Amino acid sequence: MTENNKKKKGSSRRKFLVRTAIGTGVLLGTGYLTRHIWRRTIFTEVDKGESPYLGDAATPGIWFEVTPENEVILYSPKVEMGQGTHTGLAQIAADELEIDIEKITVRHAESVSTNVDPFATGGSTSIMGLFQPLRELSATMREMLKNKAAEKLGVAATSLAVANGVISGGGKSITFGEVVDGVTDWEVPDVPPLKAMKDYKYIGKPVARVDLHDKVVGAPIFGMDASLPGMLFGSVCRSEKIGAKYVGADTTAAENMPGVVKIVKEKDFVGVVAKSYQEAENAKNAIEVEWKVERNWTSQDIEEMIEVGKGKPVVIQKEGKAKRILNNEEGIISSEYKSPLGAHAQLEPNGALAHVEGEKATVYISTQVVKITQGEVADRLGIATENVNIKPTFLGGGFGRRLHTPNAIQAAVLSKAVGKPVKCFFNRKEEFQNDTFRPPTHHLMKAKLSDDGKIEAIEHNVSSGDVMFGSALIPVDLSGFLGADVGAWRGGMFQYKAIPNHRAVSWRVKLPFATSWWRSLGLLANTFAIESFMDELSISAKKDPVQFRLDHIQDDLAGNRLKNVIKACAEKAGWKDGAEGNRAMGFAASTDASTPVAQIAEVSVEGNQIKVHKVTCAMDPGISVNPDQVKAQIEGCIIMGISASMFEKMYVEDGSLAPTIYGPYQMAQMRHAPKEIDVVLLQGVDKPGAVGEPPIGPIGAAIANAVFRITGKRLREMPLEIS
Amino acid sequence: MKISFTLNGTAQSVEVAENTPLLWVVRDVLDLKGTKFGCGKAACGACTLHVDGEAIRSCSYPIKMVEGKNITTIEGLSSGDSLHAVQQAWKEEIVPQCGYCQPGFMMATAAMLDKIPNPTDEDIDKNIQNICRCGTYYRMRKAIHRAAEIKAAEASDS
Repeated sequence: MTENNKKKKGSSRRKFLVRTAIGTGVLLGTGYLTRHIWRRTIFTEVDKGESPYLGDAATPGIWFEVTPENEVILYSPKVEMGQGTHTGLAQIAADELEIDIEKITVRHAESVSTNVDPFATGGSTSIMGLFQPLRELSATMREMLKNKAAEKLGVAATSLAVANGVISGGGKSITFGEVVDGVTDWEVPDVPPLKAMKDYKYIGKPVARVDLHDKVVGAPIFGMDASLPGMLFGSVCRSEKIGAKYVGADTTAAENMPGVVKIVKEKDFVGVVAKSYQEAENAKNAIEVEWKVERNWTSQDIEEMIEVGKGKPVVIQKEGKAKRILNNEEGIISSEYKSPLGAHAQLEPNGALAHVEGEKATVYISTQVVKITQGEVADRLGIATENVNIKPTFLGGGFGRRLHTPNAIQAAVLSKAVGKPVKCFFNRKEEFQNDTFRPPTHHLMKAKLSDDGKIEAIEHNVSSGDVMFGSALIPVDLSGFLGADVGAWRGGMFQYKAIPNHRAVSWRVKLPFATSWWRSLGLLANTFAIESFMDELSISAKKDPVQFRLDHIQDDLAGNRLKNVIKACAEKAGWKDGAEGNRAMGFAASTDASTPVAQIAEVSVEGNQIKVHKVTCAMDPGISVNPDQVKAQIEGCIIMGISASMFEKMYVEDGSLAPTIYGPYQMAQMRHAPKEIDVVLLQGVDKPGAVGEPPIGPIGAAIANAVFRITGKRLREMPLEIS
Repeated sequence: MKISFTLNGTAQSVEVAENTPLLWVVRDVLDLKGTKFGCGKAACGACTLHVDGEAIRSCSYPIKMVEGKNITTIEGLSSGDSLHAVQQAWKEEIVPQCGYCQPGFMMATAAMLDKIPNPTDEDIDKNIQNICRCGTYYRMRKAIHRAAEIKAAEASDS
């Protein structure tokens, strides 16, 4: 353990910095990137998703500041993008620190503090990764404060009690703020025993979001809201065409346009800085850019690429002899499924406000990858990494879209060119055309039933564009080593391990535009295929689809957790197989990052209109640090999943990605959201697990399975449409 | 050109190009950042504010059209420290996730409730057509009904 205290000269606020090695006992995270263990073992480990905390032992990435007003500021290494992480962290800290949660302010740590997450905010890992380290750190800090209070009060530490930021005993009391006053020398004790779960006041309770007030009054908390005195606006020319390379530009017409401050020509782009956003946009549109476009891509080109059998296969799961059984035998049941190219479509466009001053740069940005943003800006400007301070803001939606932030580079280059702060962001068309999309997929499912109606063998082949490979988040090219993209096949393995012969194969396709991380990665598409097929098999086997699934789940911890959510969901929804009039229930389940989820969608069909009335969801994320926010994530996943599986589809037209605006890119709106969402939370393990992504898995299949019961039509392609 | 209007109860005058969208005047000239940019084509509703009590999408509303009019943004929805019924309901139901689209939804809701004090689900579906990517619609619907109750209670108190 180390300790470090700093007193800022001239600062009215005394800083009490804790940078210790406390609580980094879960440093499992990067193992799969460096250890040469057998590939399939890696896949299994990654599938469990339990490698969350990637801080390094010397800087755990969390620190507190105690103010003289007796408030605690918690600098979070994780960004808040709606998932509620800041609230969960405040709850965890408040409970072990013994201070009211209202007295804790959670702020994004700036990169200059060095206490930012070296990896990312994403993968549903924030709370599960920080639960233990933050509790230990908070409890240790409480003891440090208590010990120092004992010295100051002249009372034995053992006779002191801590409540709401006040340490009392022997008829005396002192606040945390008073304790830290004047102290420069701290002793860090061993980590004290943590409280029992039942004694927590906040953990496990539906505490209101800590950012709730700011978000209902419209406070300027997002990257787009950042502003600096003398700020100018930047805009960068981008081609509409897929794969276009910048050659050069004629900027004559733009140079004398109103508000233009400077045209900036770089080796790889041309941009403009102007006094207002409109003026920057107008001038940009007046620049004539020469692009090199090698091919005019069409949707058909892309569809032909995404096909099982094309590219390179990698077996990601194998048990028994599925391949042999399913080859050339009678009685094989087979189905194909497809999912489309999907956009993130988060409401806040990507952008940044950069201010480059000599050898230093400051960037305000909505980013999920503070460290990568910092490194990329430093590289481009040719300055030291530590001279770039990234100030992460609240994100107007993340969903994986902000795991790469080249906008920061462009804002910084433009700022350097004019010597003033420059804000630069995508318009919506640019946002749609430069997205890092959810890749399209094609699935081939095969199975054979035994005479007693059980699955003897099953196989899933999935062809997908890249998710992990080629992304900024994974700078090392692992494609040769791993072969299959762990993001693309997320959710592509079978959770029904009691099936004696099962096999999953991933086919990799590299598309001519960026496809990458999208909430839950491949889970939505893979679950759509597997769980639709399981429904088809249950019908062939003449079994109830819920019982059919239970019959194929193994008896181990993961299997029992899955069975429990399936049973809980069926019970809560009052599961009934078969349609009543034009209405029916559809069932599906998935396991993602060790969190099992079951959902039942109650759906009606009128004409060709599918309507989702109610969704019942049972999920076992382990400990729900904030059950209300876990529910909020479930509700959000269900609605985003309805949107993606019923409406959304990008396509390629005349070499360009389209649509480029909401509306034509249809998404779920108020009228499409179920009026009832009923959630059951189970706790099958005594630690928090993944929450923000797993519940998006089953919804597409649950809807399609309900539609089949009403119409007799099996919808095997998303977006789900009744023709 | 010079345009004069009232913003959140205060008289304002700005000197900008006549076709500048109201959104950018509010955000960048008058520095009220609660009204958001989402799409610039009136397709998402993140920029919704009130002009003379009507919910409009300010990204596609030229500044010249607000001469002499009354503009209310999310910052002016509450009066002093007391939140508007819609904001109170949003807090009670813990609606926001990322929060970016929420001011637009709250402004659209506030305008709807002025016309339809007790909206049905169908009224809500028809009138609230903004886009939320986090998928908070389920809680929003509850909050809209709750806001109607709070407003009705406020009206009977006064």
